[in-house]
Amino acid sequence: MINHQSAKQTEAVIKTENVNVYYGNFLAVAGIYLDIAKNQVTAFIGPSGCGKSTLLRCYNRLNDLIPSFKLQGAITYHNQNLYAPEIDPVQVRRRIGMVFQRPNPFPKSIYENIAFGARINGYQGDMDELVEKSLRQAALWDEVKDKLRQSGLALSGGQQQRLCIARTVAIQPDVVLMDEPCSALDPISTLKVEELIHQLKENYTIIIVTHNMQQASRVADYTAFFNVRTTEKGDRQGYLVEYDRTEKIFQNPKEEATQQYVSGRFG
Amino acid sequence: MTDATFNPETLKRNPTSPRTLFSLFMSGVAGLFMTMAIIPLFIILFYLLYKGISALNFQVLVQLPPPPMVEGGGFGNAILGTVIMVAIGTLISLPVGVMAAIYLSEFSRGQLASWTRFATNVLSGVPSIIVGVFAYGVLVLTFKTYSAWAGGFALAILMLPTIVRTTDEALQLVPQDVRQASTGLGANDYQTVLQIVLPAAIPAIITGVTLALARAAGETAPLIFTALFTQFWPNWDKLLAEPTASLAVLVYNFAIVPFKNQQELAWAASFILVLLVLLTSIISRLATSTRKY
Ligand SMILES: Nc1ncnc2c1ncn2[C@@H]1O[C@H](COP(=O)(O)OP(=O)(O)OP(=O)(O)O)[C@@H](O)[C@H]1O
Ligand SMILES: [Mg+2]
Repeated sequence: MINHQSAKQTEAVIKTENVNVYYGNFLAVAGIYLDIAKNQVTAFIGPSGCGKSTLLRCYNRLNDLIPSFKLQGAITYHNQNLYAPEIDPVQVRRRIGMVFQRPNPFPKSIYENIAFGARINGYQGDMDELVEKSLRQAALWDEVKDKLRQSGLALSGGQQQRLCIARTVAIQPDVVLMDEPCSALDPISTLKVEELIHQLKENYTIIIVTHNMQQASRVADYTAFFNVRTTEKGDRQGYLVEYDRTEKIFQNPKEEATQQYVSGRFG
Repeated sequence: MTDATFNPETLKRNPTSPRTLFSLFMSGVAGLFMTMAIIPLFIILFYLLYKGISALNFQVLVQLPPPPMVEGGGFGNAILGTVIMVAIGTLISLPVGVMAAIYLSEFSRGQLASWTRFATNVLSGVPSIIVGVFAYGVLVLTFKTYSAWAGGFALAILMLPTIVRTTDEALQLVPQDVRQASTGLGANDYQTVLQIVLPAAIPAIITGVTLALARAAGETAPLIFTALFTQFWPNWDKLLAEPTASLAVLVYNFAIVPFKNQQELAWAASFILVLLVLLTSIISRLATSTRKY
Protein backbone atom coordinates (compact mmCIF):
# COMPACT_ATOMS: atom_id res chain seq x y z
CA MET A 1 0.00 0.00 0.00
CA ILE A 2 1.33 3.41 -0.87
CA ASN A 3 0.25 6.50 0.97
CA HIS A 4 1.47 9.50 -0.88
CA GLN A 5 -0.39 12.36 0.62
CA SER A 6 1.59 15.53 0.72
CA ALA A 7 1.04 18.81 2.46
CA LYS A 8 -0.02 20.58 -0.70
CA GLN A 9 -0.88 24.04 0.51
CA THR A 10 2.48 24.87 2.08
CA GLU A 11 6.04 24.20 1.14
CA ALA A 12 7.38 20.84 2.31
CA VAL A 13 10.53 21.20 4.37
CA ILE A 14 11.08 17.48 4.90
CA LYS A 15 10.17 14.79 2.41
CA THR A 16 10.02 11.13 3.25
CA GLU A 17 10.15 8.98 0.14
CA ASN A 18 9.47 5.27 0.33
CA VAL A 19 11.34 4.84 3.58
CA ASN A 20 11.90 1.41 5.15
CA VAL A 21 13.58 1.21 8.52
CA TYR A 22 15.28 -1.97 9.67
CA TYR A 23 16.70 -2.98 13.02
CA GLY A 24 18.94 -5.82 11.87
CA ASN A 25 16.68 -7.98 9.70
CA PHE A 26 13.54 -6.72 11.39
CA LEU A 27 11.61 -4.32 9.16
CA ALA A 28 10.19 -1.97 11.81
CA VAL A 29 8.63 0.66 9.58
CA ALA A 30 7.69 0.03 5.97
CA GLY A 31 6.98 2.10 2.90
CA ILE A 32 6.56 5.58 4.32
CA TYR A 33 5.80 8.53 2.03
CA LEU A 34 5.23 11.68 4.03
CA ASP A 35 5.98 15.37 3.52
CA ILE A 36 6.31 17.74 6.45
CA ALA A 37 4.97 21.25 5.92
CA LYS A 38 7.11 24.24 6.79
CA ASN A 39 6.12 26.25 9.87
CA GLN A 40 3.32 23.87 10.65
CA VAL A 41 2.80 21.35 13.41
CA THR A 42 2.55 17.74 12.32
CA ALA A 43 1.36 15.13 14.80
CA PHE A 44 2.25 11.42 14.63
CA ILE A 45 -0.37 9.26 16.27
CA GLY A 46 -0.79 5.50 16.44
CA PRO A 47 -0.67 2.54 18.77
CA SER A 48 2.43 1.72 20.78
CA GLY A 49 5.19 0.04 18.80
CA CYS A 50 4.02 1.24 15.39
CA GLY A 51 7.30 3.04 14.78
CA LYS A 52 6.52 6.68 15.52
CA SER A 53 9.70 7.20 17.53
CA THR A 54 11.69 5.20 15.03
CA LEU A 55 10.59 7.38 12.12
CA LEU A 56 10.97 10.58 14.13
CA ARG A 57 14.54 9.72 15.00
CA CYS A 58 15.34 9.20 11.32
CA TYR A 59 14.75 12.90 10.69
CA ASN A 60 17.79 13.99 12.68
CA ARG A 61 19.85 10.85 12.09
CA LEU A 62 19.72 9.91 15.73
CA ASN A 63 19.16 6.28 14.81
CA ASP A 64 22.76 6.30 13.56
CA LEU A 65 23.66 5.58 17.18
CA ILE A 66 21.93 2.19 16.97
CA PRO A 67 24.36 -0.27 15.36
CA SER A 68 21.66 -2.48 13.80
CA PHE A 69 19.76 0.44 12.27
CA LYS A 70 19.39 0.56 8.48
CA LEU A 71 17.35 2.91 6.32
CA GLN A 72 16.16 2.43 2.76
CA GLY A 73 14.58 5.17 0.67
CA ALA A 74 15.24 8.86 1.00
CA ILE A 75 14.61 11.57 3.54
CA THR A 76 15.23 15.03 2.18
CA TYR A 77 15.50 18.31 4.06
CA HIS A 78 15.27 21.36 1.82
CA ASN A 79 15.71 18.89 -1.03
CA GLN A 80 19.02 17.60 0.34
CA ASN A 81 19.08 13.87 1.03
CA LEU A 82 19.93 13.58 4.73
CA TYR A 83 21.38 10.11 4.24
CA ALA A 84 23.70 11.05 1.38
CA PRO A 85 27.29 10.04 2.17
CA GLU A 86 28.60 13.61 2.19
CA ILE A 87 26.15 14.72 4.89
CA ASP A 88 27.53 15.35 8.38
CA PRO A 89 24.97 14.07 10.91
CA VAL A 90 26.26 16.54 13.50
CA GLN A 91 25.23 19.44 11.27
CA VAL A 92 21.84 17.82 10.64
CA ARG A 93 21.15 17.61 14.37
CA ARG A 94 22.03 21.26 14.87
CA ARG A 95 19.23 22.16 12.44
CA ILE A 96 16.79 19.50 13.55
CA GLY A 97 16.50 19.37 17.34
CA MET A 98 14.88 16.71 19.43
CA VAL A 99 12.95 16.31 22.68
CA PHE A 100 12.95 12.73 23.88
CA GLN A 101 10.20 10.45 25.10
CA ARG A 102 11.92 10.03 28.48
CA PRO A 103 13.35 13.13 30.17
CA ASN A 104 17.15 12.94 30.00
CA PRO A 105 18.79 16.01 31.50
CA PHE A 106 22.58 16.08 31.73
CA PRO A 107 24.06 15.47 35.18
CA LYS A 108 24.93 19.15 35.34
CA SER A 109 23.36 22.27 36.75
CA ILE A 110 20.10 23.55 35.29
CA TYR A 111 21.97 26.49 33.81
CA GLU A 112 24.64 24.27 32.25
CA ASN A 113 22.00 21.96 30.81
CA ILE A 114 20.88 24.81 28.59
CA ALA A 115 24.23 26.50 28.09
CA PHE A 116 25.92 23.30 26.87
CA GLY A 117 23.94 23.01 23.64
CA ALA A 118 24.13 26.72 22.93
CA ARG A 119 27.86 26.78 23.51
CA ILE A 120 28.72 23.83 21.28
CA ASN A 121 26.57 25.43 18.59
CA GLY A 122 28.71 28.53 18.77
CA TYR A 123 26.26 30.84 20.51
CA GLN A 124 27.96 34.19 21.08
CA GLY A 125 25.30 36.28 22.79
CA ASP A 126 24.42 36.75 26.44
CA MET A 127 24.16 33.29 27.97
CA ASP A 128 22.17 34.37 31.04
CA GLU A 129 19.60 35.95 28.77
CA LEU A 130 19.33 32.85 26.60
CA VAL A 131 18.94 30.59 29.62
CA GLU A 132 16.16 32.74 31.04
CA LYS A 133 14.37 33.06 27.70
CA SER A 134 14.52 29.33 27.00
CA LEU A 135 13.32 28.44 30.48
CA ARG A 136 10.45 30.91 30.16
CA GLN A 137 9.48 29.42 26.82
CA ALA A 138 9.37 25.99 28.39
CA ALA A 139 7.24 27.35 31.27
CA LEU A 140 9.90 26.39 33.81
CA TRP A 141 11.49 29.72 34.70
CA ASP A 142 9.37 30.55 37.73
CA GLU A 143 10.02 27.19 39.31
CA VAL A 144 13.79 27.17 38.92
CA LYS A 145 14.92 30.80 38.74
CA ASP A 146 16.36 30.65 42.26
CA LYS A 147 18.20 27.38 41.81
CA LEU A 148 19.85 27.54 38.42
CA ARG A 149 23.06 26.11 39.89
CA GLN A 150 21.36 22.99 41.21
CA SER A 151 21.60 19.70 39.37
CA GLY A 152 19.07 19.13 36.62
CA LEU A 153 18.65 15.61 37.97
CA ALA A 154 17.20 16.99 41.21
CA LEU A 155 14.07 18.21 39.41
CA SER A 156 10.81 16.29 39.22
CA GLY A 157 10.14 14.21 36.11
CA GLY A 158 7.87 16.84 34.58
CA GLN A 159 10.29 19.64 35.36
CA GLN A 160 13.10 17.60 33.83
CA GLN A 161 11.09 17.22 30.65
CA ARG A 162 10.50 20.96 30.44
CA LEU A 163 14.22 21.49 31.04
CA CYS A 164 14.88 19.22 28.07
CA ILE A 165 12.46 21.26 25.98
CA ALA A 166 14.20 24.47 27.07
CA ARG A 167 17.55 22.93 26.15
CA THR A 168 16.36 22.09 22.65
CA VAL A 169 14.72 25.47 22.10
CA ALA A 170 17.94 27.17 23.18
CA ILE A 171 19.89 25.87 20.18
CA GLN A 172 17.27 27.47 17.90
CA PRO A 173 16.88 24.69 15.38
CA ASP A 174 14.73 24.94 12.24
CA VAL A 175 12.79 21.82 13.01
CA VAL A 176 11.88 20.53 16.46
CA LEU A 177 11.09 16.83 16.85
CA MET A 178 9.11 16.10 20.00
CA ASP A 179 8.60 12.53 21.10
CA GLU A 180 5.65 12.56 23.51
CA PRO A 181 6.94 15.69 25.22
CA CYS A 182 3.97 15.86 27.59
CA SER A 183 3.66 12.25 28.68
CA ALA A 184 5.20 13.08 32.08
CA LEU A 185 3.50 16.44 32.54
CA ASP A 186 0.50 17.61 34.52
CA PRO A 187 -2.38 19.24 32.60
CA ILE A 188 -1.24 22.79 33.35
CA SER A 189 2.35 22.28 32.17
CA THR A 190 0.93 20.40 29.20
CA LEU A 191 -1.08 23.45 28.22
CA LYS A 192 2.00 25.61 28.66
CA VAL A 193 4.01 23.34 26.39
CA GLU A 194 1.19 23.45 23.85
CA GLU A 195 1.29 27.24 24.04
CA LEU A 196 5.00 27.04 23.43
CA ILE A 197 4.38 24.88 20.38
CA HIS A 198 1.97 27.49 19.05
CA GLN A 199 4.59 30.18 19.54
CA LEU A 200 7.39 28.15 18.02
CA LYS A 201 5.33 27.55 14.90
CA GLU A 202 6.03 31.11 13.81
CA ASN A 203 9.66 30.27 13.19
CA TYR A 204 9.99 26.54 13.45
CA THR A 205 8.59 23.41 11.93
CA ILE A 206 7.40 20.94 14.53
CA ILE A 207 6.74 17.22 14.50
CA ILE A 208 5.15 15.89 17.67
CA VAL A 209 4.42 12.30 18.62
CA THR A 210 1.49 12.01 20.98
CA HIS A 211 -0.87 9.45 22.43
CA ASN A 212 -3.25 12.19 23.44
CA MET A 213 -5.92 12.69 20.77
CA GLN A 214 -7.08 16.00 22.23
CA GLN A 215 -3.53 17.25 22.16
CA ALA A 216 -3.13 16.27 18.54
CA SER A 217 -6.35 18.03 17.61
CA ARG A 218 -5.39 21.10 19.66
CA VAL A 219 -1.86 21.66 18.41
CA ALA A 220 -1.44 19.96 15.06
CA ASP A 221 -2.16 21.33 11.61
CA TYR A 222 -1.49 17.94 10.04
CA THR A 223 -1.83 14.51 11.53
CA ALA A 224 -0.31 11.23 10.43
CA PHE A 225 -1.88 8.03 11.69
CA PHE A 226 0.37 4.97 11.87
CA ASN A 227 -0.63 1.41 12.59
CA VAL A 228 0.99 -1.99 12.98
CA ARG A 229 0.31 -5.10 10.98
CA THR A 230 1.64 -8.57 11.63
CA THR A 231 3.54 -10.07 8.71
CA GLU A 232 3.54 -13.75 7.74
CA LYS A 233 6.81 -14.14 9.64
CA GLY A 234 5.11 -12.85 12.75
CA ASP A 235 6.92 -9.51 12.83
CA ARG A 236 5.05 -6.42 13.87
CA GLN A 237 5.52 -3.89 11.12
CA GLY A 238 4.62 -0.21 11.31
CA TYR A 239 3.10 1.62 8.35
CA LEU A 240 1.41 4.91 7.58
CA VAL A 241 -2.36 4.56 7.30
CA GLU A 242 -3.46 8.08 6.61
CA TYR A 243 -1.99 11.56 6.52
CA ASP A 244 -4.03 14.70 6.12
CA ARG A 245 -5.06 17.95 7.71
CA THR A 246 -5.91 17.39 11.36
CA GLU A 247 -9.61 18.33 10.98
CA LYS A 248 -9.91 15.80 8.20
CA ILE A 249 -8.29 13.02 10.22
CA PHE A 250 -10.43 13.65 13.24
CA GLN A 251 -13.75 14.44 11.60
CA ASN A 252 -13.79 12.75 8.28
CA PRO A 253 -10.98 10.24 7.79
CA LYS A 254 -10.77 8.14 4.67
CA GLU A 255 -9.83 4.95 6.42
CA GLU A 256 -11.97 2.92 8.76
CA ALA A 257 -8.98 2.21 11.07
CA THR A 258 -8.27 5.91 11.50
CA GLN A 259 -11.90 6.56 12.38
CA GLN A 260 -11.76 3.84 15.01
CA TYR A 261 -8.46 4.97 16.48
CA VAL A 262 -9.29 8.66 16.83
CA SER A 263 -12.66 7.92 18.36
CA GLY A 264 -11.10 5.53 20.86
CA ARG A 265 -12.70 2.38 19.48
CA PHE A 266 -9.59 0.50 18.59
CA GLY A 267 -7.99 -2.89 18.98
CA MET B 1 -11.76 -10.26 47.33
CA THR B 2 -14.70 -8.52 48.93
CA ASP B 3 -14.66 -6.51 52.14
CA ALA B 4 -16.50 -9.25 53.96
CA THR B 5 -13.64 -11.73 53.56
CA PHE B 6 -10.89 -9.23 54.31
CA ASN B 7 -9.34 -9.64 57.74
CA PRO B 8 -7.37 -6.52 58.88
CA GLU B 9 -5.37 -8.71 61.27
CA THR B 10 -3.47 -10.13 58.29
CA LEU B 11 -1.77 -6.75 57.78
CA LYS B 12 -0.24 -6.75 61.25
CA ARG B 13 3.35 -7.65 61.98
CA ASN B 14 3.76 -11.14 63.32
CA PRO B 15 7.09 -11.35 65.23
CA THR B 16 7.09 -15.13 65.46
CA SER B 17 6.19 -16.10 61.91
CA PRO B 18 8.87 -18.24 60.21
CA ARG B 19 9.28 -15.59 57.56
CA THR B 20 10.06 -12.85 60.06
CA LEU B 21 12.44 -15.11 61.98
CA PHE B 22 14.25 -16.16 58.85
CA SER B 23 14.62 -12.55 57.78
CA LEU B 24 16.04 -11.63 61.19
CA PHE B 25 18.41 -14.57 61.06
CA MET B 26 19.68 -13.64 57.61
CA SER B 27 20.21 -10.00 58.64
CA GLY B 28 22.24 -11.29 61.55
CA VAL B 29 24.35 -13.53 59.33
CA ALA B 30 25.01 -10.69 56.89
CA GLY B 31 25.99 -8.41 59.77
CA LEU B 32 28.35 -11.04 61.15
CA PHE B 33 30.13 -11.48 57.84
CA MET B 34 30.32 -7.71 57.39
CA THR B 35 32.15 -7.49 60.72
CA MET B 36 34.45 -10.32 59.71
CA ALA B 37 35.28 -8.42 56.52
CA ILE B 38 36.32 -5.22 58.26
CA ILE B 39 37.93 -6.72 61.35
CA PRO B 40 41.24 -7.50 59.57
CA LEU B 41 41.67 -3.83 58.67
CA PHE B 42 41.33 -2.74 62.28
CA ILE B 43 43.51 -5.55 63.59
CA ILE B 44 46.22 -4.65 61.11
CA LEU B 45 46.08 -0.95 61.90
CA PHE B 46 46.09 -1.61 65.61
CA TYR B 47 48.90 -4.13 65.46
CA LEU B 48 51.09 -1.89 63.29
CA LEU B 49 50.52 1.00 65.63
CA TYR B 50 51.23 -1.18 68.65
CA LYS B 51 54.46 -2.54 67.20
CA GLY B 52 55.66 0.61 65.54
CA ILE B 53 54.71 3.16 68.18
CA SER B 54 58.02 2.90 70.03
CA ALA B 55 59.95 3.82 66.89
CA LEU B 56 57.37 6.32 65.70
CA ASN B 57 58.39 9.96 66.07
CA PHE B 58 58.99 12.94 63.84
CA GLN B 59 62.64 11.96 63.34
CA VAL B 60 61.83 8.82 61.39
CA LEU B 61 59.94 10.86 58.81
CA VAL B 62 62.93 13.02 57.90
CA GLN B 63 66.05 10.97 58.63
CA LEU B 64 67.91 8.41 56.55
CA PRO B 65 67.95 4.67 57.35
CA PRO B 66 70.65 3.77 59.89
CA PRO B 67 73.42 1.26 59.22
CA PRO B 68 73.26 -2.00 61.24
CA MET B 69 73.86 -1.70 65.00
CA VAL B 70 73.33 2.06 64.93
CA GLU B 71 70.48 3.54 66.94
CA GLY B 72 68.02 6.15 65.66
CA GLY B 73 67.60 7.02 62.01
CA GLY B 74 64.44 6.90 59.96
CA PHE B 75 63.06 6.40 56.46
CA GLY B 76 62.44 9.87 55.03
CA ASN B 77 64.06 8.83 51.76
CA ALA B 78 61.76 5.82 51.49
CA ILE B 79 58.64 7.95 51.99
CA LEU B 80 59.82 10.37 49.33
CA GLY B 81 60.81 7.51 47.02
CA THR B 82 57.41 5.85 47.35
CA VAL B 83 55.63 9.14 46.67
CA ILE B 84 57.82 9.83 43.62
CA MET B 85 57.40 6.37 42.12
CA VAL B 86 53.67 6.21 42.76
CA ALA B 87 53.37 9.67 41.19
CA ILE B 88 55.32 8.54 38.11
CA GLY B 89 53.15 5.43 37.93
CA THR B 90 49.97 7.49 38.15
CA LEU B 91 51.15 10.04 35.60
CA ILE B 92 51.75 7.24 33.10
CA SER B 93 48.82 4.96 33.82
CA LEU B 94 46.09 7.56 34.37
CA PRO B 95 46.02 9.12 30.90
CA VAL B 96 46.71 5.83 29.15
CA GLY B 97 44.13 3.95 31.22
CA VAL B 98 41.39 6.56 30.95
CA MET B 99 41.89 6.99 27.21
CA ALA B 100 41.86 3.23 26.70
CA ALA B 101 38.67 2.95 28.72
CA ILE B 102 37.04 5.76 26.74
CA TYR B 103 37.90 3.92 23.57
CA LEU B 104 36.56 0.64 24.96
CA SER B 105 33.34 2.05 26.30
CA GLU B 106 32.50 4.71 23.72
CA PHE B 107 34.03 3.82 20.39
CA SER B 108 34.76 0.14 20.07
CA ARG B 109 32.31 -2.51 19.11
CA GLY B 110 32.21 -6.28 19.25
CA GLN B 111 35.28 -8.49 19.06
CA LEU B 112 38.03 -5.91 19.49
CA ALA B 113 36.44 -4.53 22.63
CA SER B 114 35.83 -7.88 24.25
CA TRP B 115 39.38 -9.03 23.48
CA THR B 116 40.83 -5.84 24.91
CA ARG B 117 38.72 -6.25 28.06
CA PHE B 118 39.91 -9.84 28.31
CA ALA B 119 43.53 -8.77 27.89
CA THR B 120 43.13 -6.15 30.62
CA ASN B 121 41.77 -8.77 32.97
CA VAL B 122 44.67 -11.06 32.21
CA LEU B 123 47.10 -8.21 32.83
CA SER B 124 45.53 -7.59 36.23
CA GLY B 125 46.15 -11.25 37.04
CA VAL B 126 49.85 -11.16 36.14
CA PRO B 127 51.87 -11.55 39.35
CA SER B 128 53.58 -8.32 40.27
CA ILE B 129 56.98 -9.98 40.37
CA ILE B 130 56.64 -10.79 36.66
CA VAL B 131 55.81 -7.16 35.99
CA GLY B 132 58.98 -6.31 37.89
CA VAL B 133 61.05 -8.64 35.74
CA PHE B 134 59.46 -7.15 32.62
CA ALA B 135 60.30 -3.59 33.69
CA TYR B 136 63.79 -4.77 34.57
CA GLY B 137 64.23 -6.12 31.06
CA VAL B 138 62.79 -3.07 29.37
CA LEU B 139 64.30 -0.22 31.39
CA VAL B 140 66.98 -1.40 33.81
CA LEU B 141 68.89 -3.46 31.25
CA THR B 142 68.51 -0.83 28.54
CA PHE B 143 69.70 2.10 30.63
CA LYS B 144 72.03 -0.04 32.72
CA THR B 145 70.81 1.41 36.00
CA TYR B 146 68.13 0.90 38.59
CA SER B 147 65.99 4.02 38.78
CA ALA B 148 62.84 5.63 40.12
CA TRP B 149 61.68 5.73 36.50
CA ALA B 150 61.88 1.97 36.14
CA GLY B 151 60.05 1.62 39.47
CA GLY B 152 57.35 4.07 38.39
CA PHE B 153 57.00 2.27 35.07
CA ALA B 154 56.50 -1.08 36.79
CA LEU B 155 53.91 0.45 39.10
CA ALA B 156 52.17 2.04 36.08
CA ILE B 157 51.76 -1.40 34.50
CA LEU B 158 50.30 -2.71 37.75
CA MET B 159 47.88 0.20 38.01
CA LEU B 160 46.80 0.16 34.38
CA PRO B 161 44.28 -2.71 34.43
CA THR B 162 42.49 -1.41 37.51
CA ILE B 163 42.19 2.05 36.01
CA VAL B 164 40.99 0.75 32.66
CA ARG B 165 38.44 -1.56 34.22
CA THR B 166 36.96 0.88 36.74
CA THR B 167 36.85 3.72 34.20
CA ASP B 168 35.27 1.44 31.60
CA GLU B 169 32.63 0.38 34.11
CA ALA B 170 32.04 3.94 35.28
CA LEU B 171 31.52 5.13 31.71
CA GLN B 172 29.10 2.33 30.98
CA LEU B 173 27.02 3.32 34.00
CA VAL B 174 26.27 6.66 32.35
CA PRO B 175 22.85 6.15 30.74
CA GLN B 176 22.64 5.89 26.96
CA ASP B 177 19.83 8.49 27.05
CA VAL B 178 22.26 11.18 28.08
CA ARG B 179 24.59 10.42 25.19
CA GLN B 180 21.65 10.60 22.82
CA ALA B 181 20.54 13.90 24.32
CA SER B 182 23.98 15.33 23.76
CA THR B 183 24.19 13.97 20.22
CA GLY B 184 20.68 15.27 19.56
CA LEU B 185 21.81 18.78 20.45
CA GLY B 186 24.45 18.64 17.75
CA ALA B 187 27.43 17.64 19.88
CA ASN B 188 30.07 15.59 18.11
CA ASP B 189 31.55 12.48 19.69
CA TYR B 190 34.40 14.19 21.43
CA GLN B 191 32.18 16.92 22.90
CA THR B 192 29.77 14.29 24.16
CA VAL B 193 32.49 12.20 25.76
CA LEU B 194 34.60 14.98 27.24
CA GLN B 195 31.85 17.34 28.39
CA ILE B 196 28.97 15.03 29.29
CA VAL B 197 29.97 11.40 29.77
CA LEU B 198 33.38 11.77 31.41
CA PRO B 199 32.35 14.41 33.99
CA ALA B 200 29.43 12.21 35.01
CA ALA B 201 31.80 9.30 35.57
CA ILE B 202 34.58 11.17 37.36
CA PRO B 203 33.70 10.24 40.95
CA ALA B 204 33.75 6.53 40.09
CA ILE B 205 36.97 6.96 38.11
CA ILE B 206 38.67 8.63 41.07
CA THR B 207 37.65 5.73 43.27
CA GLY B 208 39.27 3.33 40.80
CA VAL B 209 42.46 5.35 40.56
CA THR B 210 42.71 5.47 44.35
CA LEU B 211 42.35 1.71 44.50
CA ALA B 212 45.09 1.26 41.94
CA LEU B 213 47.30 3.76 43.69
CA ALA B 214 46.84 2.10 47.05
CA ARG B 215 47.81 -1.23 45.63
CA ALA B 216 50.84 0.19 43.84
CA ALA B 217 52.10 1.96 46.95
CA GLY B 218 52.39 -1.35 48.77
CA GLU B 219 54.03 -3.34 45.97
CA THR B 220 57.45 -4.70 46.86
CA ALA B 221 58.42 -7.31 44.30
CA PRO B 222 58.40 -5.10 41.19
CA LEU B 223 60.43 -2.42 42.98
CA ILE B 224 63.12 -4.86 44.03
CA PHE B 225 63.77 -5.49 40.34
CA THR B 226 63.55 -1.89 39.22
CA ALA B 227 64.30 0.67 41.91
CA LEU B 228 66.17 -1.57 44.32
CA PHE B 229 66.98 0.33 47.52
CA THR B 230 69.40 2.88 48.79
CA GLN B 231 70.38 4.45 52.08
CA PHE B 232 70.38 7.87 50.46
CA TRP B 233 67.91 10.50 49.35
CA PRO B 234 66.55 10.37 45.80
CA ASN B 235 69.09 12.06 43.57
CA TRP B 236 67.52 14.90 41.58
CA ASP B 237 70.84 15.85 40.01
CA LYS B 238 71.00 12.48 38.34
CA LEU B 239 67.35 12.87 37.31
CA LEU B 240 66.31 10.00 39.60
CA ALA B 241 68.28 7.56 37.48
CA GLU B 242 69.72 5.84 40.51
CA PRO B 243 68.51 3.16 42.91
CA THR B 244 65.64 4.66 44.88
CA ALA B 245 64.33 3.74 48.32
CA SER B 246 60.69 2.90 48.92
CA LEU B 247 58.67 2.10 52.02
CA ALA B 248 57.68 -1.36 50.81
CA VAL B 249 61.24 -2.44 50.04
CA LEU B 250 62.47 -0.87 53.29
CA VAL B 251 59.96 -2.93 55.25
CA TYR B 252 61.03 -6.03 53.35
CA ASN B 253 64.73 -5.37 53.99
CA PHE B 254 64.49 -4.33 57.63
CA ALA B 255 61.95 -6.90 58.74
CA ILE B 256 64.35 -9.76 58.04
CA VAL B 257 67.51 -8.39 59.65
CA PRO B 258 68.32 -9.41 63.24
CA PHE B 259 68.60 -5.85 64.60
CA LYS B 260 65.94 -4.51 66.93
CA ASN B 261 66.17 -0.89 65.77
CA GLN B 262 65.73 -1.91 62.14
CA GLN B 263 62.80 -4.15 62.98
CA GLU B 264 61.06 -1.37 64.84
CA LEU B 265 61.65 0.97 61.92
CA ALA B 266 60.07 -1.64 59.68
CA TRP B 267 56.95 -1.64 61.84
CA ALA B 268 56.83 2.14 61.88
CA ALA B 269 57.32 2.26 58.10
CA SER B 270 54.46 -0.22 57.61
CA PHE B 271 52.23 1.97 59.70
CA ILE B 272 53.16 5.09 57.75
CA LEU B 273 52.57 3.25 54.47
CA VAL B 274 49.07 2.20 55.50
CA LEU B 275 48.41 5.69 56.81
CA LEU B 276 49.52 7.27 53.51
CA VAL B 277 47.21 5.02 51.56
CA LEU B 278 44.35 5.72 53.94
CA LEU B 279 44.92 9.47 53.68
CA THR B 280 44.97 9.36 49.90
CA SER B 281 41.69 7.46 49.87
CA ILE B 282 40.05 9.88 52.26
CA ILE B 283 41.26 12.96 50.45
CA SER B 284 40.18 11.69 47.05
CA ARG B 285 36.79 10.79 48.51
CA LEU B 286 36.36 14.27 49.93
CA ALA B 287 37.68 15.99 46.85
CA THR B 288 35.11 14.47 44.52
CA SER B 289 31.42 15.06 44.71
CA THR B 290 29.01 12.20 45.18
CA ARG B 291 28.25 9.74 42.42
CA LYS B 292 25.92 11.05 39.77
CA TYR B 293 24.40 7.74 38.65
N1 LIG C 1 16.91 0.01 19.30
C1 LIG C 1 16.04 -0.87 18.79
N2 LIG C 1 16.48 -2.08 18.39
C2 LIG C 1 15.62 -2.99 17.88
N3 LIG C 1 14.30 -2.80 17.72
C3 LIG C 1 13.79 -1.60 18.10
C4 LIG C 1 14.64 -0.58 18.66
N4 LIG C 1 13.87 0.50 18.94
C5 LIG C 1 12.61 0.15 18.59
N5 LIG C 1 12.55 -1.10 18.08
C6 LIG C 1 11.36 -1.78 17.57
O1 LIG C 1 10.80 -0.98 16.55
C7 LIG C 1 9.39 -0.95 16.65
C8 LIG C 1 8.92 0.49 16.73
O2 LIG C 1 9.35 1.05 17.95
P1 LIG C 1 9.13 2.58 18.30
O3 LIG C 1 9.87 2.88 19.54
O4 LIG C 1 9.43 3.39 17.11
O5 LIG C 1 7.54 2.61 18.60
P2 LIG C 1 6.61 3.81 19.00
O6 LIG C 1 5.58 3.94 17.94
O7 LIG C 1 7.41 5.02 19.30
O8 LIG C 1 5.93 3.26 20.33
P3 LIG C 1 5.52 4.06 21.66
O9 LIG C 1 4.25 4.75 21.35
O10 LIG C 1 5.31 2.95 22.66
O11 LIG C 1 6.62 4.95 22.01
C9 LIG C 1 9.02 -1.78 17.86
O12 LIG C 1 8.62 -3.04 17.41
C10 LIG C 1 10.31 -1.90 18.64
O13 LIG C 1 10.39 -3.14 19.27
MG1 LIG D 1 7.91 6.08 21.06
